[in-house]
Amino acid sequence: MTEMVEQTSAPAADAVTSRLKRRYAAERRFQFMGMAAIAVALGFLALLLVSIFAKGASAFVQTQVQLEVTFDAGILGVAPGADRDTLASGDYLGLAKAALWSRFPDVSGRAEKRQLAALLSPSAGDALRDMVLSDPNVIGSTRKVWFPVSDSVDMTNKGYLPRDPAVEGARLNAAQMGWLQSLEDGGVLTKRFNWQFVTTGDSRDPTQAGVWGAVVGSFYSVLVTLLLSFPLGVATAVYLEEFAPKNRWTDLIEVNINNLAAVPSIVFGLLGLAVFLAVFGLPRSAPMVGGLVLTLMTLPTIIIAARASLKAVPPSIREAALGMGSSKLQMVTDHVLPLALPGILTGTILGMARALGESAPLLMIGMVAFIVDVPSGPMDPATVLPVQVYLWADSSERAFVEKTSAAIIVLLLFLAVMNLAAILLRKKFERRW
Amino acid sequence: MAQTSAAVAAPATSASQNTLADRRLAKVSARDVNVYYGEKHALKHVDLDIRANEVTALIGPSGCGKSTFLRCINRMNDLIDIARVAGSLTLDGDDIYDRKIDVVQLRARVGMVFQKPNPFPKSIYDNVAYGPRIHGMAKDQTELDEIVMTSLEKAGLLAEVKDRLDEAGTGLSGGQQQRLCIARAIAVSPEVILMDEPCSALDPIATAKVEELIDELRENFTIVIVTHSMQQAARVSQRTAFFHLGELVEVGDTEQIFTNPQHPLTQGYITGRFG
Repeated sequence: MTEMVEQTSAPAADAVTSRLKRRYAAERRFQFMGMAAIAVALGFLALLLVSIFAKGASAFVQTQVQLEVTFDAGILGVAPGADRDTLASGDYLGLAKAALWSRFPDVSGRAEKRQLAALLSPSAGDALRDMVLSDPNVIGSTRKVWFPVSDSVDMTNKGYLPRDPAVEGARLNAAQMGWLQSLEDGGVLTKRFNWQFVTTGDSRDPTQAGVWGAVVGSFYSVLVTLLLSFPLGVATAVYLEEFAPKNRWTDLIEVNINNLAAVPSIVFGLLGLAVFLAVFGLPRSAPMVGGLVLTLMTLPTIIIAARASLKAVPPSIREAALGMGSSKLQMVTDHVLPLALPGILTGTILGMARALGESAPLLMIGMVAFIVDVPSGPMDPATVLPVQVYLWADSSERAFVEKTSAAIIVLLLFLAVMNLAAILLRKKFERRW
Repeated sequence: MAQTSAAVAAPATSASQNTLADRRLAKVSARDVNVYYGEKHALKHVDLDIRANEVTALIGPSGCGKSTFLRCINRMNDLIDIARVAGSLTLDGDDIYDRKIDVVQLRARVGMVFQKPNPFPKSIYDNVAYGPRIHGMAKDQTELDEIVMTSLEKAGLLAEVKDRLDEAGTGLSGGQQQRLCIARAIAVSPEVILMDEPCSALDPIATAKVEELIDELRENFTIVIVTHSMQQAARVSQRTAFFHLGELVEVGDTEQIFTNPQHPLTQGYITGRFG
């Protein structure tokens, strides 16, 4: 009774008001902390993205020089009517060098000529070879062709290396800087899109190194992982959740699946090395084996996510289906699974994203090898994007710094495409209640 | 399955006088049915006959076993791992818990409508067509269309939904959803329809419609309804069974139960002294 009296009196009302004020203040503080946390997280994300894009964007362009080439059969060392193999074996780099020397006719002497030729990339002859192989009749004619320059020139032109030969770190001497300046003034030295980077495999020479081999390797690995882990994971989850009796055995299995999800990925790599390579004798460095290892790693994630989303399907739907006389399998395929699918897809894509970004277990099965060729199937030796990033980050040449960031950009794009696909799939399967 | 003969010894419950002499005359007949949930004895020695083309209401306070009994009839208790059913339950003389009985076929013969409307998150048409489809009851699309239309008509829903059969069943109002569930249940032409508090989630107007529907359905189906509302039991049922603490206390014609209950517990419950 006394309390009731107090509540109506003025001081008590003040207490209520002040407590109310404190409650609102606490709420505002909490909201502010939440917003601050989001702002910090976004800030770090922006910092990461900006630094990667700032460093990596320049790898998608390449400094090239346009030269007038005379397809001289004498320099090439092949006759115009020769067969393909002979044509392919011609000295095309020599042809490119000759084109550069003819642009600077007053350069003489072996040493000077070699320094001039060093401006060109070692792969400068490749474009010429392609031209001759596609049309042998160009031999004898004169064409204007774009050539990639060496990585030192590329780095200097992009501003990563000092242009003044006297400054420490400069890779070009005064004479080379002079020729470069003359080419620039002549308007034949520009940055063009680096097709080589997005179409070829790895190389020791930074101007020739490409990311495509790793992209294809990642694609095959993730494809193998998806094809194995999705059906296996969903089937396991459906059996455990809908069919299996609840007893000590299923409890044991459940505990072990949860434990597997927490096993460090490199352990799966060692397991893959011991089982897939040593026992089954599968080829080293193959995306197939990489996919198998990543499947082992991804399965627990998918099973756990799938079980959670199966559990989230309301029991009333199961009762309705069974009450209609559907079998358990019909209940699952007609009602439960379609309702759980969006959640299962989300879990799967999380697992796939982790598999795509995983490098440690793949190191164990040899996917860290230096592989130049773009793999043509899941059994060919290959590397994957994160391992490529790791390899390039380890290289000493300045030109690989931008390649590393560029490979990360490609990896992020790969992830973005996968997530987009997942969102679209989820939208398609999502049902309104 | 202790007793299978037609002439059984009088069981110990007070409801014995209300069981039929020949249980084959009953649509659904229970003799000495016991249900255990683990250690808990949820349903004790129930003898009950449910007559064809009548509405039988099961009433009683919460936890008295009426829903448990209902779910024995279409073996929905099988879904609960710890549930164990003992005794004899027959549908048209066939033992429901016989090994030879296929539970899928049984549930096609004994339909069920649940407490909360639970239409599938599919179109109205697909909701009703689901049963006929899985049981292969329609030879072609025209036949299926007809089954769907007749079922919706019988459930009194056709006029409201005939222009939007391809819209989601979950988009209907609560009462419409429940009638959709009834349409879905009758689409497979069951013999018995079990209703587990079908109106508890509905407003009074929707309830009135469903009750009206139950009365109409009695012509073609045998209905067992669990309800918490004694007024509802009085309105829709011909026979009423009163459960208390897992035991069947009294069963009889609805009018007799509500006007002249034999057992003091029944009287206490219907007059609102407990429950």
